[in-house]
Amino acid sequence: MIRHLLDGVPSRGLAMLAILLVLLLIAPYFVGGYLLTVLFLILYFAYVGQAWNIMMGFAGQLSLGHSLYVGLGAYAAAALYVHFGVSPWVGLFASVVISALAGAVIGFLAFRFGVGGVYFAILTIAFAEFARIGFDHFTWVHGSSGFFLPVSNYTQNDLWNLRGSPVMFYYLMLALTVIAFILCHVLLRSRAGYYWLAIRESPEAAQALGINIFKYKMYAVVLSAAMTSLAGVIFAFFYNNLFPEQIFHISRSIELILGPIIGGVGTLFGPIVGAFLLTALAEGMREIMLQLGVELPGVKQVFYGVCLLVVVMFLPDGVWPPLSRLLGLDQKTPDGES
Amino acid sequence: MARLEVRNMSKSFSGLRAVQDVSFDVPQGEIVGLIGPNGAGKTTCFNLIAGVYRPDQGEVLFDGKRIDGLRPDEICRAGIGRTFQIVKPFAGLSVLENVIVGALNAKSSVIQARTEAEDVLRKLGLWNKRDQAASALTLPERKRLEVARALATGPSILLLDEVMAGLRPTEMDTMVALFRDLNAKTGLTILLIEHVMRAVMTLSKKIVVLHHGEIIASGTPAEVSRDPAVLESYLGEEAL
Repeated sequence: MIRHLLDGVPSRGLAMLAILLVLLLIAPYFVGGYLLTVLFLILYFAYVGQAWNIMMGFAGQLSLGHSLYVGLGAYAAAALYVHFGVSPWVGLFASVVISALAGAVIGFLAFRFGVGGVYFAILTIAFAEFARIGFDHFTWVHGSSGFFLPVSNYTQNDLWNLRGSPVMFYYLMLALTVIAFILCHVLLRSRAGYYWLAIRESPEAAQALGINIFKYKMYAVVLSAAMTSLAGVIFAFFYNNLFPEQIFHISRSIELILGPIIGGVGTLFGPIVGAFLLTALAEGMREIMLQLGVELPGVKQVFYGVCLLVVVMFLPDGVWPPLSRLLGLDQKTPDGES
Repeated sequence: MARLEVRNMSKSFSGLRAVQDVSFDVPQGEIVGLIGPNGAGKTTCFNLIAGVYRPDQGEVLFDGKRIDGLRPDEICRAGIGRTFQIVKPFAGLSVLENVIVGALNAKSSVIQARTEAEDVLRKLGLWNKRDQAASALTLPERKRLEVARALATGPSILLLDEVMAGLRPTEMDTMVALFRDLNAKTGLTILLIEHVMRAVMTLSKKIVVLHHGEIIASGTPAEVSRDPAVLESYLGEEAL
């Protein structure tokens, strides 16, 4: 099993991956609270970026409404916990099912009726917006006034109820990111992976080769939605407050796709590299502004815009493909996957 | 027994009759050519058989079962492979990956599909290009990739849409030899659209001539090339 997993992965890449993993594992012992939160955010964006990438990078279906699945996942687990004392480990099943269903509905409507490309993207935005406005009036989770999880000082980490220190959340997020990475690696080499790439490249040709494109596009959407909702669960229990205006907002959807776009759409490392670059640079810049005593609202957005512009102009395939060549990890596969 | 039967098939596009009352058979193990001037409805016929369009009238039978109205993927899984006249490679994937996608139709695992794809690539002379991106291929190579992918799906009948166009004479001879070989060794049935008369005349046992969406002649290559209607509308007097 393990051998099969490592088949065709350059040993150099494996070594680098191992070093990266070790660094991430020991990081909490060396960095302070603030930096740990930044690292948590990086992993969070790496994970949701990976989940989004299954839909866009693999199957070629552009979602601009992934905040929907984050929000649904967050609200479902948080509400079950607050109202019924259900552990998030149980609640996450509700989150996954609800998000997967939402993804299935959107996918069904789009793929059954031939809505594709930009129109599909608009549909995903529409559903995220429905949810944002709907949850504003959803009194069971306190509507627009926000839904809060009970916070007190915890002397011990309560893993079962996800109450505890940022370190615990950091390791959880790291585990999720690693699992998602391995899952995507396995998927790319599976029948589904080949079919997704084929659908992305040419749906007509894919269908002519016997691929049920409706079915495989649905798989991609449902899987992506389910994975994204897990990030929502962690988000809810980490921040302890949920506002529909924030969590379902389109800017959140955009934020989570910038990582994979800047890193490299359709690649395994793109979402991770992109999350590192964006979060580290954005936080670094905020720190610099703080030191300089300058306060400019919206500077982060402008910064994201500039990053995107530079990448699209000079590295249209994202940062990872040229970076992998630089690191000597480039395999012959031309879609940058390695 | 006819592997593929087309019965009184018609299709219009917003009033324009692209295919009208077309009937022909493709017997098991034979190579049948479909020829005609540009716009005669040849590719539309292919798309009707392959499930891209549903016929307005008539039916398509494959091994005696109706397949008209099925989706293209269902038709491929039933055993009909096709190529596209305007090639549609998976540009971002390698040549080998392109063919693996096709081979997965018949094989139950990616490993088996890879082996099958490698075999097909050797047969079609694309072995040396296997790790190149499909987007880096020349047009004749892309045509061959179309054939490779369709062949890898393990079809019992192959629909070839102008795969010889743009090939040099030697390349064309190789391709003709390949189809003959496949036909002789594996009993693969082939229906081909072709403009290159040299290829179509040598390959086909039977030729169907379309003009303005209707069949104007059918028969052996020799019969068809003597047919006055064919001479007038397509081949031209000087063709002989």
